Amino acid sequence: MNAVAEEIAAPPLVTEVAFRNFNFYYGKFHALKNINLEMSRRQVTAFIGPSGCGKSTLLRTINRMYDLYPEQRAEGELILGGKDILSRGTDIYDLRAKVGMVFQKPTPFPMSIYDNIAFGVRLHEKMGRGEMDERVEWALKKAALWGEVKDKLGQSGMSLSGGQQQRLCIARGIAVKPQVLLLDEPTSALDPISTLKIEELITDLADDFTIVIVTHNMQQAARVSDFTAYMYLGDLVEFGETEKIFLKPAKKETEDYITGRFG
Amino acid sequence: MNLHQRRYLTNRVALALSLSAMAFGIFWLMWILWTVLDLGIAGLSLDLFTKMTPPPGASEPGGLANAIAGSAIMVGLATAIGTPIGILSGVYLAEYGQSTWLGNVTRFINDVLLSAPSIVIGLFIYAVYVAQVGGFSGWAGVIALALIVIPVVVRTTENMLLLVPNSLREAVYALGARKWEVILKVTIRASKAGIVTGILLAVARIAGETAPLLFTSLSNQFWSLNLNEPMANLPVTIFKFAMSPFTDWQQLAWAGVFLITLGVLAINVAARVLFQEKR
Repeated sequence: MNAVAEEIAAPPLVTEVAFRNFNFYYGKFHALKNINLEMSRRQVTAFIGPSGCGKSTLLRTINRMYDLYPEQRAEGELILGGKDILSRGTDIYDLRAKVGMVFQKPTPFPMSIYDNIAFGVRLHEKMGRGEMDERVEWALKKAALWGEVKDKLGQSGMSLSGGQQQRLCIARGIAVKPQVLLLDEPTSALDPISTLKIEELITDLADDFTIVIVTHNMQQAARVSDFTAYMYLGDLVEFGETEKIFLKPAKKETEDYITGRFG
Repeated sequence: MNLHQRRYLTNRVALALSLSAMAFGIFWLMWILWTVLDLGIAGLSLDLFTKMTPPPGASEPGGLANAIAGSAIMVGLATAIGTPIGILSGVYLAEYGQSTWLGNVTRFINDVLLSAPSIVIGLFIYAVYVAQVGGFSGWAGVIALALIVIPVVVRTTENMLLLVPNSLREAVYALGARKWEVILKVTIRASKAGIVTGILLAVARIAGETAPLLFTSLSNQFWSLNLNEPMANLPVTIFKFAMSPFTDWQQLAWAGVFLITLGVLAINVAARVLFQEKR
C-alpha cells in the first residue's frame, strides 16, 4: 500500500532531453565543452553560472536557435524524444513546435492579444474559429493571464504591462503544445511581483511540460527548479538535484559560486 | 568666478546660441509660408479647380484644373509603381542581403540614386525614353518620378526594418516560423508606421519636383488624361507662369505654389501623426 502511494507521488523520471559529448562553437571560439547532461520529463531544470559561462548558449541549442547564425555550430549528440536533433534529417520547424521558448525581454508581436496566441498555432495546425478560441483560452488560463485579458482579447499585445507581456509570451509558447519549454532569464526584466507570478507559474507548468530555465538569480533557481546545472567557462561543472546542489555541492567551485564567494 | 558660475554661464551661452539658430531658421520658414499664403490665397477661387490653364492674354480668367489633375495622376502612378519596388528592395536589403556582396552593392547604388540631382533623372529619362518614342509624355513623367520614389522608399524601409529588435525575430522563429512568415507577418507589421511615413515623404518630395518633369511630361495647356501625350502638372506650370510677364499667369503660379505647399504640409503632418501613434 505504501509502495503504491509512493509510486503515485513520485513517478519514475523519464529522460526528455539528453546532451552527449556535446560541443558548441561560435566561429573558432569553443563555447561549450563536452557537455553530458540529461533532463527529465516534466521537471524543471535550471542552468546557473556567471555571465558568459554558456548557459544561454546551451539553452538555445535545444530548439536549434543557433541555426539562424551561420558561424555557429554544434557537434555531438542532442537527443530529444529518442531522436538526435542535430542529425541532418531534422525538420527544425517541427522541432520548434515541440520546443517552445520565452526570452529575457518580453516580445509581444504587433497584433492583438488573441492573434499573439493564435499565431504559433496557425503555423502548425489548421483549425476552425471555435477550436482556436478554446485553444487561446486554454493557453491564457495556463499562463495565469486569462482573468486579466479575457475582456480585451482584441487589444494590442503591446498595450499590456511588462509582466503581463511575459505571461503572454509564455501563453504563446505553450499554445503550440510543446513538450519542452525553454525560459531564457524570463524574469530579469520584470519587477518583483511579476517575477513571483512567473515563478508560481513555472511550478504549475511543470505538471505538463519539461521546463529548462536559465537564470542569473540563484534564489530563483533554488525556488523553482528540481534539478540544477552549474556551468563555468563552457564546462558543466556540476549537475544534480537542486536541493543537493544548494545544500551539499560535490565540488568546491559550485559551493563558492552558490555561497557568493565567487561570481 | 567659481566652477558653478562658469558652468551656469556656459549653459546660458549654449542655450542662447541654439535658440538664435532656431529662430533664424523659423524666421525664413515663416516668411516663405507667409508669402505663399499672402500671394497665393488671392488666386484661390472655384475657377482654379474647374478651368484650364489660360493662353497668354486671355480675356476670361483661367484655372489650374488640368495641371492639378495631371500632377495627381502622375504622382499617384509614380507612387504606385515605386512603392512596391522600393518596399521589396528594402526588405531584401534588411532581411536577406545584410552583409552580402549583392546587398552592399545595391545599398551603395541606392544611396547614389538617393542623392542624385533630380534633373539628372529627368535628362536620363529624356535620353532613354522621350527621345526614343519621339515625344514628351505623361508616362515619361511617371517613370522619372517613380525613379525618385524608389530610393527614398528603399532607404526608409531598410532603416525601419533594422529598427525591429532581433529578439522579436528570434521569438517568431522560436515558434517554428519560416523566414517569409517572420518577415511578412511580424517584422513588416512592426515597422508599418515607419514604412508608411517613408512613402508619404516620398510623395511629398515628388509633388514639388519640376526638373524631372521639364524633360519628360513637359506640360499641356489643355485637359488631357492621355498618358501618351504631354501632360500638364503643377510644378512646370508654376515654373512657366511665374516667369511670364502676364499678371494673371503670375497670380495662377502663386495659387499653384499655395496648393503644393498646402498638400506637402498636409502629407508631412499626416506622416507625423502616424509615427506618433506608434509611441
